[in-house]
Amino acid sequence: MAPEQIRSVILDILARIAPDEDLSELDDSVPFREQMELDSMDFLDIVMELRKLYRVQIPEEDYGELVTMDSTVTYLTPLLKDAESTV
Amino acid sequence: MSYDSIIIGAGLSGLAAGIRLAYYGKRVCILERHTTIGGLNSFYRLRGRNHDVGLHAVTNYSPPGGKRGPLNKILRQLRFQWEDFDLSPQCGSSVVFPGHTLRFNNQFDYFQAQIAEQFPQQIDGFRQLVTEIDAHNIGDLGQQWISTRERMAERISDPLLINMLLCPLMFYGSPSAHDMDFNQFVIMFRSIYQEGFARPYQGVRLILKNLTKKFKALGGELKLRAGVKQLLIEGKKVSGVVLDDGSILESQNVLSSAGSAETLQMCDVDVPRDDRFTPGDISFVETISVLDQQPAEFGHDETIVFYNDSEDFYYEQSKEPVDLRSGIICSPNNFKYDQPLKEGSIRITALANPDYWMSLPEEKYIEEKQYWYEEILKSSMRFIPDFRPHVLDIDTFTPRTIKKFTGHINGCVYGAPQKILDGTTPFNNLFLCGTDQGFLGIIGSMLSGISIANLHLLNPK
Repeated sequence: MAPEQIRSVILDILARIAPDEDLSELDDSVPFREQMELDSMDFLDIVMELRKLYRVQIPEEDYGELVTMDSTVTYLTPLLKDAESTV
Repeated sequence: MSYDSIIIGAGLSGLAAGIRLAYYGKRVCILERHTTIGGLNSFYRLRGRNHDVGLHAVTNYSPPGGKRGPLNKILRQLRFQWEDFDLSPQCGSSVVFPGHTLRFNNQFDYFQAQIAEQFPQQIDGFRQLVTEIDAHNIGDLGQQWISTRERMAERISDPLLINMLLCPLMFYGSPSAHDMDFNQFVIMFRSIYQEGFARPYQGVRLILKNLTKKFKALGGELKLRAGVKQLLIEGKKVSGVVLDDGSILESQNVLSSAGSAETLQMCDVDVPRDDRFTPGDISFVETISVLDQQPAEFGHDETIVFYNDSEDFYYEQSKEPVDLRSGIICSPNNFKYDQPLKEGSIRITALANPDYWMSLPEEKYIEEKQYWYEEILKSSMRFIPDFRPHVLDIDTFTPRTIKKFTGHINGCVYGAPQKILDGTTPFNNLFLCGTDQGFLGIIGSMLSGISIANLHLLNPK
């Protein structure tokens, strides 16, 4: 998947976790935590969704990489380079 | 047949855990002994009318668009939208002790102002207590029991205010007499005073039905009339369960919402004694009166009234069949719905003596229910206009009813005094959720199922 596709995958996961949230205004450089008040339970959910969809394992020490959309896409790009997008 | 997970009990915690597991592709089966879902928060139909079992109000209210707090957390975790629970906020509630009435609604500032007005000497101490509550981490699974009364007494010197603050919190969630664990206190304080009450127009059945629908749509299996008689133990592990009809189901792990002591009793081996697994003994009698008027028509527009007839507050197992000194008056009509409920009703709840209600022979039991229904109403008339001329139909439930339909020892509503916060048991793949794990109420019980499923069944260390 290309970075742009990975971004759509993450948006899709966020929409599932927080269906009442307006994601069109999301700023890719600002932490999710600040914009959507995601907490540790929600971050774990993003990790689990990625595991479910693409069998990608994200070790706990790397959770910090998922802070913003930009950092998440950068972190996932090498991990998902061979994966087919489901979105 | 072998499952990834078997869940004992189709109450709010079991269903919420089931949704999490099924969502992430686990083969999961929920087993429920009763003929319907709900457990301690169920519903039933009697003489053509729908009734809720436990629900007075959903606590932890958050308005639409909110992002914080337990309600938003469970909506996200279960992939629900705010509208799915259809919550209408309360009209306003009160705590009534001799000489003082403290009113509260879903705006915490209003409650603080009430305290400042009625207990001006205490407001600074109260604010310091709130600061401590705000700083407390309920997510710390390793914490020990701390006395709430001692913590409160460090900040508040008037025992009357301490009792008035504790009254609703104990009535809505304390498994232990006289005092409560500070962690439980913080959970209850936030859920009732800082977040507040609401109710779905259709009652708890709406939430339960939406949970069940989602669980089944995700491929989860739900078996009713399927009580677990025994847990099959091999060494330090559970290998499966035996149902009441003798059939055996195998599973990689088991999550039980049956209660901590109740779950260990199902194990077919001797379990070393552990005081944490001691059942609670606080239970209640509740009267339901269906009325030919909305309560507001005879001048009662409050959602919930917590009353107590002396400055001392005795939250304990009742020595009499019912403790008439205190109680809770709930009016399901008095929430801000778009349209009024079809009929009026008043529910009054009071502390009861489980042994007394359990031991009565059937005929006497029915007579006593009628007698105490009348006594409870008479006692509550000190705090609500006399609605007895408007009563169309009544029902009363007792600790015996609760035991019969939920299996909880002593008909105990808020579970064991000692909570097992991390949900673990003496067996490596047997976990607890629900009332005895530590989160209480409608939202809390769902959060309990979610937390334990996440911690042990989806992300085992």
